[in-house]
Amino acid sequence: MQLQRLIAASRKPLLRSGGAAAAAKPAKWISTSVPALATPKTHTVKTVFDVHTVEDLQGMSAQEILRETQSPGRAAASMRHFTVNFGPQHPAAHGVLRLILELNGEEILRADPHIGLLHRGTEKLCEYKTYLQALPYFDRLDYVSMMTNEQCYSLAVEKLLNIEVPERAQWIRTMFGEITRILNHLMAVLTHAMDVGALTPFLWGFEEREKLMEFYERVSGARLHAAYVRPGGVAFDLPHGLLDDIFKWATQFSSRVDEIEEVVTGNRIWKGRTIGIGPVTAKQALDYGFTGVMLRGSGVPWDIRKAVPYDKYAEVDFDIPVGTQGDCYDRYLCRVQEMRESLHIIDQCLNKMPPGAIKVDDHKISPPPRAMMKESMESLIHHFKLFSEGYHVPPGETYSAIEAPKGEMGVYVVSDGSNRPYRVRIRAPGFAHLAGADFMMRNHWIADVVAIIGTMDLVFGEVDR
Amino acid sequence: MQASRALIARQAPRSLFTNNIQSSLRSLVLTRRTYAARATTPVTPESPVTQKDPVPPLSPSTVRSPGLEYYLAGADKVPGSTVNPYKDGPSALDKAMTSFLFTELIRGMWIVLEQFFRPPYTIMYPFEKGPLSPRFRGEHALRRYPNGEERCIACKLCEAICPAQAITIESEARADGSRRTTKYDIDMTKCIYCGFCQEACPVDAIVETQNQEFSTETREELLYNKEKLLANGDRAEAEIAANLHSEHVYR
Repeated sequence: MQLQRLIAASRKPLLRSGGAAAAAKPAKWISTSVPALATPKTHTVKTVFDVHTVEDLQGMSAQEILRETQSPGRAAASMRHFTVNFGPQHPAAHGVLRLILELNGEEILRADPHIGLLHRGTEKLCEYKTYLQALPYFDRLDYVSMMTNEQCYSLAVEKLLNIEVPERAQWIRTMFGEITRILNHLMAVLTHAMDVGALTPFLWGFEEREKLMEFYERVSGARLHAAYVRPGGVAFDLPHGLLDDIFKWATQFSSRVDEIEEVVTGNRIWKGRTIGIGPVTAKQALDYGFTGVMLRGSGVPWDIRKAVPYDKYAEVDFDIPVGTQGDCYDRYLCRVQEMRESLHIIDQCLNKMPPGAIKVDDHKISPPPRAMMKESMESLIHHFKLFSEGYHVPPGETYSAIEAPKGEMGVYVVSDGSNRPYRVRIRAPGFAHLAGADFMMRNHWIADVVAIIGTMDLVFGEVDR
Repeated sequence: MQASRALIARQAPRSLFTNNIQSSLRSLVLTRRTYAARATTPVTPESPVTQKDPVPPLSPSTVRSPGLEYYLAGADKVPGSTVNPYKDGPSALDKAMTSFLFTELIRGMWIVLEQFFRPPYTIMYPFEKGPLSPRFRGEHALRRYPNGEERCIACKLCEAICPAQAITIESEARADGSRRTTKYDIDMTKCIYCGFCQEACPVDAIVETQNQEFSTETREELLYNKEKLLANGDRAEAEIAANLHSEHVYR
């Protein structure tokens, strides 16, 4: 008797709707809005529950959000939507993405991306390194498009140093920038396809990636973290015969793209999983700071290689593929077409590659050749100064951006005239794209989340920096 | 209007690599129209098809982009700026045939079947290995001169340049007056294999060899000391010397 009364007492605050009749029966478990609060009574301030049971905090001020914890608020809700933790160990999470998904059945009501699991403090580390030592850290930002990150940093430092890179170095950078773009798009498109179920083309793509990483290894000595593009040029000249092999690879690569397209592009399963999924309007894309394919897929023909050409992009002919609908399928088509355009650029680089120096002829910035260092005292001093103290960069600040495969990769460098950057700020494209995850995923099924993550082309090295 | 903006592509003569540009264009537009979007997909109010907000005008004075100029001028208004070679789309018969006879799935399966008869690209790894270039940056080694004298003169340039601060050197003058290291440690768990140490070394003492199979069972085994590094150098000296010789024109 005593026990029963105790249970009844403890149950009482749980049942909020109605009077004694409601209290006698067990409460209904399904409710899209809290009945007691759905009828606006006294509170004039809008709470989340007036709108929806979902915690939709957009458009509310900080005070309103904080008021939510007071009564009537979060505590008053007897029924809330199911929340799922997606990642950070999910194989489709492309690394360490953690998403909090608020679900209505299988429908996404809210997606809350959590980042920072791969934060290494690159920007702060760069402040304690010389300009040369900071370079390898850029390889590790977007670790599927390494050389474009180095190119971005090198261009910024060169702008501060006010130096002009030799022709051959610029062509080498352009060529390897496009090889990097193909590397990245192969990874992006085919892991996207793999996430929605097409495993086979992924393996073909990795065969091509293997060949491209072999070019990376031959030119720099590392398959991924090249440390090849340096402020002032590139580290070493192209080894003898590399251009021939790139030519041989390029002659067969368009057939590989055709094969991948033949299997994937027309496939009704692939189209069912991507057409109409994750639509982004041009307005939304611009508002959220999307760049790269995420912007071009929505119909805005914006490409930094055309708008502000760097290295040799002003001298090569290529087109910018632009989508019409702004959904996952359009972005897929853009990426595939960009691989073909990159191939076209590589073709032109191979034909136009001039002979000559590969780094600036200023031994205050780039180390002298070893033979010279062994013979001349002056060069030996330069060598020792460059590898211990590094070079001093005139005071100033610059923001220089390039069209990385994922979008606008920018670096803002402030120099105080010393041998170390005063401040390095990295603008990673994936960060802005991830910010749009919420509006892209809303009202989609939970299976579409992987398709949208795939189309955003996230790499957490650059998102978390 | 939307469809005519499918691809901002001029009909320039293409290179020999992009031989199948027409076929890709075909798939780009044609497949777009074969099926409607999935019916279960909820149409969001801001779907791009019903886009109401025009794109905010970007100032053409600050940026120059041929694509942007087309866009600002209204790409479809500039004659010849956009190409949509399949604007009429497939016929109803085409669509019905594709949908009922699974043609695109069968064509995809044919590609998969072709792959089945190709020689495999994979190698039997521990027994077969891929090629490595002379520039490959693997496990570190300290070299000796042919007379057995160690090369390292303890100038500490590698210690200074190492971005990960993985190298620790202590040195002392020897009895014969020459300066040599008493301690040369590399923490291989910190090392990022950037190759700056071998670039910095003025006497080619510290090098990164082509050995990449040096995994260990304990962390302590990866804290290399001078003996380990010299042993690496002694073991691989022929290979190191050959690689340095082949690379000397580039360095």
